[in-house]
Amino acid sequence: MSRVLLKDVRPYGAGEPVDVLINGEVIAEIGPGLNADADEIVHAGGAVALPGFVDLHTHLREPGREDAETVETGSMAAALGGYTAVFAMANTDPVADNAVIVEHVWRRGREVGLVDVHPVGAVTVGLKGEKLAELGTMRRSVAEVRVFSDDGHCVHDPLIMRRALEYTKSFGGVVAQHAEEPRLTLGAQAHEGANAARLGLAGWPAPAEEAIVARDCLLAGHTGGTLHICHVSTEGTAEILRWWKSRESAGRVSAEVTPHHLLLTDDRLDTYDPVNKVNPPLRGDADVLALRQALADGTVDCVATDHAPHAAQDKDCEWSAAKPGMLGLQTALGIVVQTMVRPGLLDWRGVARVMSERPAEIAGLTDQGRPVAAGEPANLVLVDPEAEWTVRGAELASLGENSPFEGMQLPGRVVATLLRGRLTAHEGKVRR
Amino acid sequence: MRHLLSTEDLDVATATSLLDTADTLKQTLLGREVKKLPTLRGRTVVTLFYENSTRTRVSFEVAGKWMSADVINVSASSSSVGKGESLRDTALTLAAAGADCVIIRHPASGSAHRLAGWLDEAGTQVINAGDGMHEHPTQALLDAATLRERLGELAGRRIAIVGDLLHSRVARSNVHLLRTLGAEVVLVAPPTLVPAGAQHWGAEVRHELDPELPKLDAVMMLRVQAERMHGGFFPSAREYSIAYGLNEARLGMLPEHAVVLHPGPMLRGMEIAPAVADSPRAAITQQVSNGVHVRMAVLYHLLAGEEITA
Repeated sequence: MSRVLLKDVRPYGAGEPVDVLINGEVIAEIGPGLNADADEIVHAGGAVALPGFVDLHTHLREPGREDAETVETGSMAAALGGYTAVFAMANTDPVADNAVIVEHVWRRGREVGLVDVHPVGAVTVGLKGEKLAELGTMRRSVAEVRVFSDDGHCVHDPLIMRRALEYTKSFGGVVAQHAEEPRLTLGAQAHEGANAARLGLAGWPAPAEEAIVARDCLLAGHTGGTLHICHVSTEGTAEILRWWKSRESAGRVSAEVTPHHLLLTDDRLDTYDPVNKVNPPLRGDADVLALRQALADGTVDCVATDHAPHAAQDKDCEWSAAKPGMLGLQTALGIVVQTMVRPGLLDWRGVARVMSERPAEIAGLTDQGRPVAAGEPANLVLVDPEAEWTVRGAELASLGENSPFEGMQLPGRVVATLLRGRLTAHEGKVRR
Repeated sequence: MRHLLSTEDLDVATATSLLDTADTLKQTLLGREVKKLPTLRGRTVVTLFYENSTRTRVSFEVAGKWMSADVINVSASSSSVGKGESLRDTALTLAAAGADCVIIRHPASGSAHRLAGWLDEAGTQVINAGDGMHEHPTQALLDAATLRERLGELAGRRIAIVGDLLHSRVARSNVHLLRTLGAEVVLVAPPTLVPAGAQHWGAEVRHELDPELPKLDAVMMLRVQAERMHGGFFPSAREYSIAYGLNEARLGMLPEHAVVLHPGPMLRGMEIAPAVADSPRAAITQQVSNGVHVRMAVLYHLLAGEEITA
């Protein structure tokens, strides 16, 4: 059983630096000046220790588009970004709407071994929104799927959505909704507003998201099912969630926000560079500020990356032909620090809450998002809170190169990531 | 001027210079039996059209040929584009083959900007001949040239743009250019055909045409772009025509000097009554004619890079 000694870390950024001794997969001891025999000693220089990050929303593109990302390259990016668990979305090719595909993705994750890869199962067959996929079979598979989503597509038929919420209730499943009323976003290319109008891009109106969120909150309340709202992007959605959560019988509704929706606005569209194209689209200043506030006060539960790598030819083209999505795993922490920690909206405990604890709770993981304490699983990330770093595409492990943050300076750098006591990333390098 | 992608990029001096050059070229060629200037001899101009077009494409081709450029037409349906070649690869092929200038018409907004980005290094210049719902700058320039001929200077003139603003690249280009030249612009359309955010364009937005007519110096009718519509923008062609069609009664409500423009192709009977389209108040064929001279001027500015004098 290997032993790792982390020297000079500050759990959640508070108090004097301490040492953390990890024995096998578990935190054995925390205290000042630990002097134990260890197979590896990591000198962390006062880094903040947090539970390893959990991403509820990752696109690994395998199977089908291994030229854009694989379970292996996505896992590398995740480890470098401080993640110890990721949920791989179902919109692969073929779609992860059956036990065979989810078990394949799960097995590839185990083989790579850098991060726990939890496949998300499709809600409907082929993501078509017409017929429920075999949700129970995916749940009973070795992958033990618990989160279901047609992400990329909205489950827009209210009856299908109702049935999904009802059906998954029996085995504690979560329906993660890509909230987008398709009739209102037909042909949409950018946030509906002044910039889209000026640039001649068909608008994606905020109510297309808000109407589905409101509807699904009501359905979740009615059915007692568990609903998770993916990538909330508008001020109005935050208001609806705030209203819903203020009710006594609110039911189980959670929500995530992406790092890019916390930082970027549709002002970036001027060059028509599709690296900025994402669905839901980059919104306006008021939306960004509202989302930050909603994340700070718990209205929005967590950060999820919507890491969406694409092959070069799918982005280096005209705007309307480009696929939506941007890289997120390796830049998420820096953006959260910049938009939430530096302005005082979240402290490091809050970062642990939104990037690790709440996503683990939402997905029902019992070994992730745990306290940094003796006896707990050693799924950890160490963060240098003072480090400023420049995003360089060459340092991003994803096969895709579609990061809008390229060249941007971000605060807060991952020093090390540990999955069940084993270093998976250290000083910018993946550790096998 | 490196490329011509948008009228938003044109300052008043550049816009005026282009219009003056077009006017000079027009006067120079007036009455000539052989309409040929040697100015762009040896330069290669490619028209790359991903959408059907007659007037714009022919206009550019004639403009290039009258300037003695070698003009090569590439259409999406009869080129490697039809085999699935990307716009980027097509662009790089054209640059490698020696194109000095690529004139692009494309259904995607921003495609001309993307093309310019890919071709910058090669030194190939790009003219936007209409990109999706974004802009059609040479159309706006030819409209301005036509209005100048009919009305004189545009500063202080009040011009209405009427119809399908939502899908109209012509409207976007015209709003920028007319405002740059000092005109007041009023946009008139049903609310469903006004883009959210158009109130930031610096033009007034109105939904009723009749009260505007007596105040106008010019009215630009737009084509209702059924091919871009996914349904339900207005109840029926008849209702649209009743509310926004430019018929003879409405023509009578305009001041005597006011001019009628339409970028074509026209939906006669719906957007504009045949008698109005064919009336002396309409400058529609004059627009087409001026299109050649304006495009000559643009090619001249981009490829010859100097002022032309009479």
